[in-house]
Amino acid sequence: MKDWRFFFAEQRGTLLALLIFVVMFAIYGGNHPAHFSANVIQTAANKGVLLAFVAMAQTFVVLTAGIDLSVGMIFILCSCLASYVVVGTPLESAGGLVLVLLVGLACGAVNGIIVVFGRLQPIVVTIATGAVFFGLALWLRPNPGSTKGFNSDLADAFTGKLFGVVPASLVTLLVVVLVIWVPYRRSVIGRAAYAVGSSEVAAYMSGVPIRRAKLVAYTLSGLLAALGGLFLTFFTYSGEASLANGNTYTLFSIAAVVLGGVSLFGGKGSAIGAIFGALAFRTIGDLLFVFDLDPLWQPLFQGVVLLLAVCLGAARLFQVRNRLDLFM
Amino acid sequence: MSTETTRPSEPAWRTLVRRLDPAVTIAFGCIIVLLLLGSLYSSNFLSPEYLLQQLKVGAFLGVIATGMMIVILLGQIDLSVPWVVTTGAMMACAAASYGPIGVALAIPFGILCGVALGLVNGFGVAYLRIPSMIVTLAVNAVAQGLMVVYTGGFSPQDSATPAMRFIATGTTILGIPNALIVWAIVGAMLIFLLSRTVFGRAVYAIGNRERAAYLSGAATQRVVLFAFALSGGLSAFAGELLAGYASKAAQSMGDAYLLPAIAAVVLGGTSILGGRGSYLGTIAGVILITLLQSILSVMQIAEFGRQIIYGVVIIGMLLLYGRDKAMR
Amino acid sequence: MDDGIALFHMEEISKRYGGVRALENANLTVQSGRVHAILGENGAGKSTLIKIMSGVVAPDKGRMALDGKDVSFADPAAANAAGIVCIFQELSLIPHLSVADNIVVSNPPTRFGMIDRRAQRRIAEEALARAGGEDIHPMALVQDLPLSRRQIIEIAKALARKPRLLILDEATSALTASDVAKVFSVLKRLRSEGLALLFISHRMHEIAEIADDCTIFRNGRNVATYKAGSKTDNEVVELMIGREYSNVFPSKPAPKPATGAPVLEVRNLSWTQRLTDISLSARAGEIVGLGGLDGQGQRELLLALFGVLRGVSGDVLIDGKPTKIGSPRIAKSKRIGMALIPEDRKTEGLMLPMSVMDNLSFAGLGNFARGGIIDRTAERRAAEAVIKLLEIKSDGTKVPVGSLSGGNQQKVVIAKWLMISPRIILLNDPTRGIDVGTKQEIYVLLRQLADAGAAVVLYSTDYDELIGLCDRVLVLYDGAIKRTLVGPEITERALISSALNIDVAPDASPRVLA
Repeated sequence: MKDWRFFFAEQRGTLLALLIFVVMFAIYGGNHPAHFSANVIQTAANKGVLLAFVAMAQTFVVLTAGIDLSVGMIFILCSCLASYVVVGTPLESAGGLVLVLLVGLACGAVNGIIVVFGRLQPIVVTIATGAVFFGLALWLRPNPGSTKGFNSDLADAFTGKLFGVVPASLVTLLVVVLVIWVPYRRSVIGRAAYAVGSSEVAAYMSGVPIRRAKLVAYTLSGLLAALGGLFLTFFTYSGEASLANGNTYTLFSIAAVVLGGVSLFGGKGSAIGAIFGALAFRTIGDLLFVFDLDPLWQPLFQGVVLLLAVCLGAARLFQVRNRLDLFM
Repeated sequence: MSTETTRPSEPAWRTLVRRLDPAVTIAFGCIIVLLLLGSLYSSNFLSPEYLLQQLKVGAFLGVIATGMMIVILLGQIDLSVPWVVTTGAMMACAAASYGPIGVALAIPFGILCGVALGLVNGFGVAYLRIPSMIVTLAVNAVAQGLMVVYTGGFSPQDSATPAMRFIATGTTILGIPNALIVWAIVGAMLIFLLSRTVFGRAVYAIGNRERAAYLSGAATQRVVLFAFALSGGLSAFAGELLAGYASKAAQSMGDAYLLPAIAAVVLGGTSILGGRGSYLGTIAGVILITLLQSILSVMQIAEFGRQIIYGVVIIGMLLLYGRDKAMR
Repeated sequence: MDDGIALFHMEEISKRYGGVRALENANLTVQSGRVHAILGENGAGKSTLIKIMSGVVAPDKGRMALDGKDVSFADPAAANAAGIVCIFQELSLIPHLSVADNIVVSNPPTRFGMIDRRAQRRIAEEALARAGGEDIHPMALVQDLPLSRRQIIEIAKALARKPRLLILDEATSALTASDVAKVFSVLKRLRSEGLALLFISHRMHEIAEIADDCTIFRNGRNVATYKAGSKTDNEVVELMIGREYSNVFPSKPAPKPATGAPVLEVRNLSWTQRLTDISLSARAGEIVGLGGLDGQGQRELLLALFGVLRGVSGDVLIDGKPTKIGSPRIAKSKRIGMALIPEDRKTEGLMLPMSVMDNLSFAGLGNFARGGIIDRTAERRAAEAVIKLLEIKSDGTKVPVGSLSGGNQQKVVIAKWLMISPRIILLNDPTRGIDVGTKQEIYVLLRQLADAGAAVVLYSTDYDELIGLCDRVLVLYDGAIKRTLVGPEITERALISSALNIDVAPDASPRVLA
């Protein structure tokens, strides 16, 4: 049987993202003064995991051929909220944690409800809801900071190392993948999301539950963005309603998704690819650091690498023999 | 659009009514409602001085939205607006420090820089077939990187030329602000371009069905390239106006214009999927957004409240008329 | 037919789209264990009828009953649940999902809440086998498969839903003759199992082969229901179009002596593995047909001539001069004057939401523009002229072209290319899915264009067209020209045998050999 060939064809984007990440990280670790020490990996993991969560959030929506320009704002809002509610006793903190995730879920659901029942284009809806979410974040945290009694032990536990080696943030990411992504990918509703993204008309004709698929995708997207926000607060011990930060994460999440082999036209790719895309993208940003270059050059470097990376995707064009294939 | 010709048998008023796009009508209706609401708060809202002032402020957004609209009509999007605006402003100011020739060439030089960035966008979209969302994002990052390196991360010391200040802040006949006149000229040129030229027709055709446009022998790639170049040039020009308004360029001065520009175009009834929309609508959208921002700030609503109201109003208006057709 | 209650019954069903009446007081009764064919011109209401039956659109009024009980369907899923499954003309497969995913898409087998992939695979393989597609790998992505395979998957997908009433809307239009035979044997078996089948097709011989009952629709009403075989083809066609059906094809002129260089000449053209060493020529006044089974490279050949394909080897000569055609823009330029009426008018021929006028003038816009600025008076005059010439029926030139009927849309596609006064006209199956009346008008037009000096290259899946219209027919097989038929040699038997790449003994039936 040639089943495995079909499998690899399906996973090509994800595998490519993995490869890019491994190469980037090898260069990074190889040139880092401390090489691949547990601390280097922990720092890298903590930075990468933030974007990985937001990129996963973006993936859920992009797979349905939508786009969520509010992920960064949900991320910021949840971070600000977390700086208030993850306080006090372990039980109280846990309650706060759940509240943050529920708020993220609700934000995602709002996006989904407006897109599905309002029949509006996701890009404009999420621009607008993004403003609302940011407004709420600003209301919570007009100035950066955290509430007294912030549970920094909990934060440290999530950002530290398990058994002194494995970064806890990476473990959390893995658990999230196993508990949320894998079942989703194999569920009927996950299949429906892919179908909707690939061809909404065909999905409708086939009796696929389009509305439910989209609602669930947007809602899960909110949940993942909230997870990211939670981790941001774990790292910084505080919340900050930063417009620039929110926009950056939204934009980076799109970049990560594309690097991760998820098609912006929907129906193709996986959140695992997006995670590697996010990790690779983060590593690119840090490469300059290990080469001792002026940090002033970092934005330019990141931009140029991103531009080159997306141009590489155009290499397939040279194989196109029928120009009509260029127009989808 | 006024690509149509009048049927001789119809009375003029009826043609006018038939041509009125419901989106444009509602947008103008909302402007009037906003003004009336504002006048309940303060009679200043209906004074000519206030209205002219708003139109002048709106002109900056108007010029950017003009470029954005062409790109959206193609079914694409230009996310590079923030740093193309900034690049235009900074480069024009930079040129001004090179003696009288620099001062004279400041405006064309800034625009040229914007056109160059736009060409990169257009090349990526038209020839490399990269989704515009991602290529313009990358170009935005590159432009940001270039400007950060150029300025060393600080606000540049060069100031705007007298010509830039004159266009942005001066008035000519009857106290009409020059910025408004500039917007009117830019708008008139775009209306002509869209309704009377082969290029304009091709823009609509590509936005509706690129495949069919290509098979009809349209120069689709050149049209897309030119459209993005135009958008880049207009963004850079708007940046120069903003620099003239504030007498100098600043980091991230363009950040506040991306989402309002998209919102203005979409509120004006242009389909985010491309192929449909009129410039009259964009004018309405720009005025609407400008008024909304102004009224919220005059009423001294805190920033967070402004963000929330802003988002809710956009969603509310789109729900009024921007909805896609139901599937059945 | 005698057990009293019909499986499905609809009564006085009406549906309007905006101001357009699609169905008016339509009635239909479908019995189990029979194949019921629906005939009618395009725009007669067939599509609307089945969309209502399968829950895609809701009727404005009227009632439907299943097993004598009133029903209404909120969406296709509800209709499926009731046992009504439709195979649509526009494919409803999801391109990025695998064949197996697609077959079970509406109701995947689950275990512990997750999709059971093993069960899914089993269901898919069973369904594929029943639909005659054993050779299709269940894990292949649908987007990588050719049209005819996809159609088989559509049928497999429908069967996997265990339908009681199966609707086939032009389900065979993309199939090759041997695939049609396979599908028909499947359908006959399903009929013997007690399924009701509703069969929509424009191919008369298919209806003759499989239908038990027929209902003819015209202008949104059912005008006649009869037992298959009880009416002659001519009677049927008259009922369909409501007027006399005669002289479908214009008469062919006597062959002219070849003088000078042909307008279009192709020498040894090859492209990837799909086209091999193709040589042909078309002279002014000639209609050259491309025949063969579907998917033998005819579409690619037309695209290659029109400058769409990359990496084409061989020579193209225009008026005897070697010419390089690198894009449709060059192909339509004055010195070449080539036009292509593409395969799919909805995605390749037209910008559906744009106005009739914008569509008509788009290809020839250069003619009305100076320095890139459009002369709108000239544009309108030219558009009105072709509208009159082709008798395009629309509610003015400003309505979206998508609001026109299929036949009139196709006329717009042809008309927009007449705007450049083409000397070479390439057509890719221009009458697929078009009603009889419009077909006839198109035939006459093509002959007129040829007589006026154009060279016409016509690919058609309809053998009657090749026989009735073409001066010469090149039969393609596997990307190469297998045979050239001239004048009286163009017969159904010759076309079919060379299409299948076999030599037919004088009395053997090609269908049996296939």
